[in-house]
Amino acid sequence: MSIVTSVPPPTVPGAAVQIPPGRASSVPGPFRFIGRSLRTLWANGKARIGLVILGLDILVALLAPLIAPHSPTATTFPPYLGPNATNWFGTTGNGQDVFSQMIYGARISLLVGIIAGAVATFVAVTIGLIAGYRPGVVDEVLSFVTNLALVIPGLPLMFILAAYLKSRSVWTIVLVVAFTSWATGARVIRSQASTLRTREFVTSAQFSGERLFRVVFREILPNMTSLVAGSFFAAATAAVMAEASLEFLGLGDPNTVSWGTILYYAQQQNALLTGQWVMIFAPGLAIALLALSFTLVNFGVDALSNPRLREKS
Amino acid sequence: MRYVARKGALFLITLWGAITLNFLLPRLMPGSPVDAALARLASSGVPITNAERQAVEIQLGSPHASLLSQYGDYLSGIVHLNFGSSYSFPTETVAQTIGKAAPWTLGLVGVTTIVAFIIGTLLGVYAGWRRGKPADTTVTLGATFLAAFPPFWLGLLLLYVLAFKLSLFPIKGGYNPGETPNLSPSFLADAVYHSILPAVTLAITTLSGWVFGMRNNMINTLGEDYVTFAEANGLRTRTIALLYAARNAILPNVTAFGLSLGAVVGGSVLVEGVFSYPGLGNLLYIAVSNHDFPLMQALFLVITVTMLVAIFVVDLLYVRLDPRVRQA
Repeated sequence: MSIVTSVPPPTVPGAAVQIPPGRASSVPGPFRFIGRSLRTLWANGKARIGLVILGLDILVALLAPLIAPHSPTATTFPPYLGPNATNWFGTTGNGQDVFSQMIYGARISLLVGIIAGAVATFVAVTIGLIAGYRPGVVDEVLSFVTNLALVIPGLPLMFILAAYLKSRSVWTIVLVVAFTSWATGARVIRSQASTLRTREFVTSAQFSGERLFRVVFREILPNMTSLVAGSFFAAATAAVMAEASLEFLGLGDPNTVSWGTILYYAQQQNALLTGQWVMIFAPGLAIALLALSFTLVNFGVDALSNPRLREKS
Repeated sequence: MRYVARKGALFLITLWGAITLNFLLPRLMPGSPVDAALARLASSGVPITNAERQAVEIQLGSPHASLLSQYGDYLSGIVHLNFGSSYSFPTETVAQTIGKAAPWTLGLVGVTTIVAFIIGTLLGVYAGWRRGKPADTTVTLGATFLAAFPPFWLGLLLLYVLAFKLSLFPIKGGYNPGETPNLSPSFLADAVYHSILPAVTLAITTLSGWVFGMRNNMINTLGEDYVTFAEANGLRTRTIALLYAARNAILPNVTAFGLSLGAVVGGSVLVEGVFSYPGLGNLLYIAVSNHDFPLMQALFLVITVTMLVAIFVVDLLYVRLDPRVRQA
């Protein structure tokens, strides 16, 4: 219901035309909308846990230099230490402090998750909206591409793309992940857009002479905010997992400090067999918690759009 | 019948799309995968004959021939199962390597997916029926938590605790190192024993998809009028839950079955790698870490085509399940 009220009333087309689309004119609107959505999310028990974990992760990432007791890269300690008073999680084979690496690693995982999620969602929204709003050849072609991307196994494709691309950086991973995880969202958004296309308020916007861009992005899009948010959090979850997998496989940038590379080096030095199980346990748990928080927030987002899934409290 | 024809046509077009994507991938990539592959091949001791060079060029792109004639050669290579040689396994052809590994993954992924589907769907029915109650919260939160584990990490932990510390399961491989694979009961028992840890890892991490799909469908189905009518008639709750609601709620889960195979195969790449399981996933793990492009390319093709076939078969079986598509 909060979603519906955010749509500008179509009865004042004259006033609306002067406003450049997506500009500052609607500043109070979105803010009120975001505030209201957050309140609905917070009311959902699962989403609340998710928001708390996510908030803590963001805090750790932002304050990493203040929290971390040592430098994440300085090789100042004896190598292969187990957990002890100075190095809570032990040290790597190069004598780096694993605990400090964990703190700094939050930055990369969050960055990849959020940016890759955003890029994948952008692609999903663009393709889904166009396909849903333009039935016929455009829809057929885009739907075919979407279905193809959907059935091609994502993780193997990711591995292969990353193996071919020689530049090893976080941005390669962001691109590879975004390229392989937009399809699910695009399909959902397409089917929603195609049902909205025939609604009266869209028809009225068309008849009042609105341009295609404005009809699609200002009339149709606001009605699927929860779908867009849903596909963002789903893509972000996939991105966090995929980044860890790629780095574990050695396809990431070996010089970045991230949870995935800690796992990679731990596996390279057989950390489990030498008793350094914390080096495996901690980064994996951190990845799991971040992925969990995205999924939990998504429960609340689901409840935004489907009242049947809402918790009675 | 029109449904089958439409699905068949879609299957063929998608198959063509996937094969073509596999053709284009190495050719669109920066650098020259062919030169890299040939250099590696030479350093691994495989004599580079003209036929060898040609086989690699057909797979990864040739600087001499036009794209169209390369495409023709590539298609004929697929038909003849000619994928060239890999430098990870210099003594056999890529087709032989893949042929040996395929049964292991088919068994592991097939059984795991079916088991996860059954358990997950039942849990989903239960959670949906008890929606909003503590049982529902326990199931959904538990499944969410398990799904957040990176599969390879869960595999490493299980390996460490159950195989390394407690010695309950073998540390690696798909069978005892001394034996050659055969179909005798003792060997099969040994193979099953070796597959338990990887199978449990994959099942745990894929369970949640089924739970949520089924739970949400159940909740939507339980809101239908005929369920209220059945309740008003005083039918037993179990009858309503299983025979009225679940029967209809399961349909979207069945269509998702084929798609989920892809996710399981994807997850099995790293899990098989962690357990050194002799399947396709481990092969892809080796191929990617060695930058073994010919093997990688062929594996991707085999995995994709297998998935497409699985999705098509599920679509065909769906006709038997849902009378509505038979009439349409």
